Amino acid sequence: MKVTLSWLREFAPGIDGDPVELGEVLSSLGLAVEEMDVVGEMVDGVVLAKVLDLRPHPDADKIQLVDVDRGDGQALQVCCGAFNMQVGDLIPFATVGTVMPNGMEIAQRELRGQTSNGMCCSGAEIAMGDDHDGILILNDRVVEGAVLGMPIGEALGMEADILWDLEVNANRPDAMSVAGVARDLAAALGVPFSFPDYPITTTREDVDDLIDVTIEDPTLCGRFVATVLRGISVGTSPAWMQSRLSQLGMRPINSVVDISNYVMLELGQPNHTFDLATIPNGRLNVRRAHDGETLVTLDDVERSLVPNDGVITNEGDEVISLAGVMGGATTEISDSTTDVLLEMAWWDPPSISRTVKRLNLPSEASTRFRRGADWGDNIDRAMRRFIQLAAESGVTAVEGFIDVAGETPDRGALPVRTAKVNSLLGTTLRPDEMAGHLASIGFGAELDRGDLLVTVPTWRWDTVTETDVAEEVGRMFGYANIERTVPKGTVAGGLSDYQKDRRLVRDVLVGVGCDETLPMPFLAPGDLVRAGLPENGITLSNPLHAEESVLRTSLLPGQLKAIAYNQSHRAAGVRFFEIDHVFLPAPDGQLLPDEREYLAVALAGSEATAAVEVLDVLDRALALPNVQLKPASPAGLHPTRSAEIVIAGRTRGHVGEVDPTVLEAYGVEGRVAWLELDLGAVLEGPHGNRKYTPVSKFPSSDIDLAFVAEDSVAASAIEGSLRKGGNPLLVDLELFDVYRGQGVEEGSRSLAYRLRFQAADRTLTDAEVAAARESCINQVAKKTGAVLRA
Amino acid sequence: MISVDGMSAELEAGAAEAEKRLEAAADLDEVRAIDAEALGKRSALTAAKKQLGRLDPGDRKAAGMAINAIRTRLEAAVAAANERIAVGARAAQYDAERLDLSERLSEIRRGSLHLTTQARDRLEDVFVGMGFTIAEGPEVETAWYNFEALNIPEWHPARGSFDTIFVDLGEPEEVMLRSHTSPVQIRTMENTEPPIYIVAPGRTFRTDTADAIHLPAFNQIEGLVIDRGIGLGDLAGTIDEFVRAFFGGDVKTRLRPSYFPFTEPSAEFDISRPDGSWLELGGCGVVHPNVLVNCGIDPEEWQGFAFGFGIDRLAAMRYQLDDIRELVNSDVRFLRQF
Repeated sequence: MKVTLSWLREFAPGIDGDPVELGEVLSSLGLAVEEMDVVGEMVDGVVLAKVLDLRPHPDADKIQLVDVDRGDGQALQVCCGAFNMQVGDLIPFATVGTVMPNGMEIAQRELRGQTSNGMCCSGAEIAMGDDHDGILILNDRVVEGAVLGMPIGEALGMEADILWDLEVNANRPDAMSVAGVARDLAAALGVPFSFPDYPITTTREDVDDLIDVTIEDPTLCGRFVATVLRGISVGTSPAWMQSRLSQLGMRPINSVVDISNYVMLELGQPNHTFDLATIPNGRLNVRRAHDGETLVTLDDVERSLVPNDGVITNEGDEVISLAGVMGGATTEISDSTTDVLLEMAWWDPPSISRTVKRLNLPSEASTRFRRGADWGDNIDRAMRRFIQLAAESGVTAVEGFIDVAGETPDRGALPVRTAKVNSLLGTTLRPDEMAGHLASIGFGAELDRGDLLVTVPTWRWDTVTETDVAEEVGRMFGYANIERTVPKGTVAGGLSDYQKDRRLVRDVLVGVGCDETLPMPFLAPGDLVRAGLPENGITLSNPLHAEESVLRTSLLPGQLKAIAYNQSHRAAGVRFFEIDHVFLPAPDGQLLPDEREYLAVALAGSEATAAVEVLDVLDRALALPNVQLKPASPAGLHPTRSAEIVIAGRTRGHVGEVDPTVLEAYGVEGRVAWLELDLGAVLEGPHGNRKYTPVSKFPSSDIDLAFVAEDSVAASAIEGSLRKGGNPLLVDLELFDVYRGQGVEEGSRSLAYRLRFQAADRTLTDAEVAAARESCINQVAKKTGAVLRA
Repeated sequence: MISVDGMSAELEAGAAEAEKRLEAAADLDEVRAIDAEALGKRSALTAAKKQLGRLDPGDRKAAGMAINAIRTRLEAAVAAANERIAVGARAAQYDAERLDLSERLSEIRRGSLHLTTQARDRLEDVFVGMGFTIAEGPEVETAWYNFEALNIPEWHPARGSFDTIFVDLGEPEEVMLRSHTSPVQIRTMENTEPPIYIVAPGRTFRTDTADAIHLPAFNQIEGLVIDRGIGLGDLAGTIDEFVRAFFGGDVKTRLRPSYFPFTEPSAEFDISRPDGSWLELGGCGVVHPNVLVNCGIDPEEWQGFAFGFGIDRLAAMRYQLDDIRELVNSDVRFLRQF
């Protein structure tokens, strides 16, 4: 909502002072100033001039020569690039020496041999609108008494003014008008606020003889006020009105529409005009639409209606207007209109909201109805204001208003406990102080045994409860005046174990040289399939872009895109990790997806074992129970270089390398080692149990054993057998060499282990070590078929 | 008969010779050979000691002392030679092993935590210090948690202002990507008995096209306090304390009346910039009684406040990022700066 200082002062002349400070007061009232501007200040040196002659430039096609009179009766030649002027037109003219708003100084110049003595101005050039193309023609916009050579601001009746663009929240229907903002500001400044009288004269015709209105659905329409205006002729509105409308961001259209908008901006009451001749017998009815009904609205679009929509119908029960949202084409004012039915109503906000949303038809009028317009005297006031403004162009109203009532939201006196208000605000205000704050903005507040009985004014549809009233008290008391305290409760803060472990996982991964990434969680259709995964991602209903229309079920596609992106910027060997949500299809009978927190590690340029090493480090950091790699070919991964991660008997993820087919599809070069864990399940599962074993004080014995094992036998199987065979004396085991080649059969390899035997309570004898060695060899042979290398 | 003087002179000459050779010895082997020759079993010194008994008893003591003195001298000379050679050898080793420490072919590189994570962790830590715990919730939500329980009924004009991204689950507009972290308030209040002191960081979504200052998916943190007698003054004081802890003691705060359907009174909160102007940080307010009732909490017994603001924006401010899309681009040249 935009307001100007001069307009505010029409309701509260006491509003005065430094515009910046006034802006601060507005912000402190909850009317945040988004922008402040000085408007109506015209460029010095730009004057009103008249076009005397137009002729072609002898040596140039794109400019013409213009003779103007700028008040001295002389013809002054100017070269001009615009061709929209006629002889006799009044235009803004920048004389030589004028400094334009863009900083350019107008000088006398030669253009292809012709002298130019100034500049004819477009609207944009003098900050009057955004039209750059043509010269601004002012023929019907100058004030009475304007003469050639007059400064342009004066000629247009404009005065410098302050404009504030305010952010008005949805709970402030009252502040959707100049008068409403003035009321709030006047209260905060402690200056008087009042509405001017809008005296009107009427014809002797009785409105009841001309129109007849019924409200069939009182839940839709709280009040319907109407009258008839005679002698309408659609022309242009006066310069001062056009100027104010433009300042507040509304384009002047014609004398009828402009008055309608002016009254709405000034008093907050939207209104509608029907061509009376198009309404048989002046009969109107207000009801909800029936299924299947349609209406061609003012914008010539045929709208299908549904039963919630509020409509106005004619005598024949035909829909002629979409109540509070948009009028119908058949009853629109035209150039031939002479008599008008003027309507001002109060519409049920939720009903209007639903229709606006369904038809996507927001407007200045419906925005006010949606927030809750004033159902009280303001409607009558707005009627009178409309009639008064129209009278200036010779329009007369008939006697009286039709005023039909539906259900208005009058709620009676609201009991408000002052102790609760003080508790909610953290204040110690007395009841009379609260009443004073409320009264300053038009609330009735009666003291009632230490509490208040509050009458909410009709312009505050939003205010229904005690809490709503508390907010108004706080607003007028001033949030800045509330004493700042901190809650006295004693609760221990902290991270949960899960949150601590998640931080640990991040730190561990950073420690092994991985950079954390947080790419967007959206995928494009096909991304999952290209990653070798099922295309079962949940889709968005209203994505802005198709590339962001699917929710990920795996972190793989996002990481592959990240790697490809970095490779395209010559960063080949990135090591990334990500901890974030994935969205698996909703389990049967549930509405929401199976949302999980996953961990992914992607090591570009590394083989599968690098990812397993990272898993080992995580295992050590978290003390995971019994981590096993189960041979598998997980979707999207290299079928012979990947495994399932089984923790305490449950599959919790995959480790290995990304399938080369997938890498190719994503344009990734080289190998990518990959680890993906259902981190949420892992951290919620058992882990972190560590047991103390005393460190032996006796010497240990090391032996080396090399086995020849077929490639199909996993090293982990041999290790498992060694541990079993060496139990309990085997305290350490390390694979230190893998050899393929001469001396080892094709399809097998030699695996060399160093084993350390030690007892807690004694020095081992040679015989004990030999027996343990033998047991290890036998166990390996029995379980895996691998034999000791000769 | 052996002349004591003659023997002494001979030993003295031998010792001087040995000392000279020890000083010149080039390695430990040579020292060892001289040592054996001068002090060993077959040395003149040992032989002389054996002959002491044949001396005139009157001379015996003086001769013995002379022999011992020479032995002590020679032993010291051997030790000195050993020391000299060892020091020299170490020095030679040092010299030979000289290494240019800047000449490295591989490195142990620490990775980096994402800027958003760092900001989130810092915020969490400050609030933990103020007695809050951290609550989390799903990113895909129902209309109940995202809107209705928060006092935003289906017809409410405020719904439109959230620019919600809906997903193809349930009825149209029934399931969505949460447009704020406030659903976590509801989930927490449904499952926890007051008093409640939580902050809820997490990702939120709006139908915004990504540009230098917008992302369709971004991060917020939301605070909720439910306790007895909590009011707007407590909210203002808590925000004050947080801002002091997070930004430093000089930064001031102010509250301006605003509107959110789930709080009343509602406010925007601003923080002061060094130049005295104000920067809008987030929204806050006293929890609306309808919200408490929706979560089964008696608004007569309990009151509370809530506040929320953007995390990415704080991160962007801290490092003066000129393009917030860097946060989601996964460009290693960006990530490794932090």
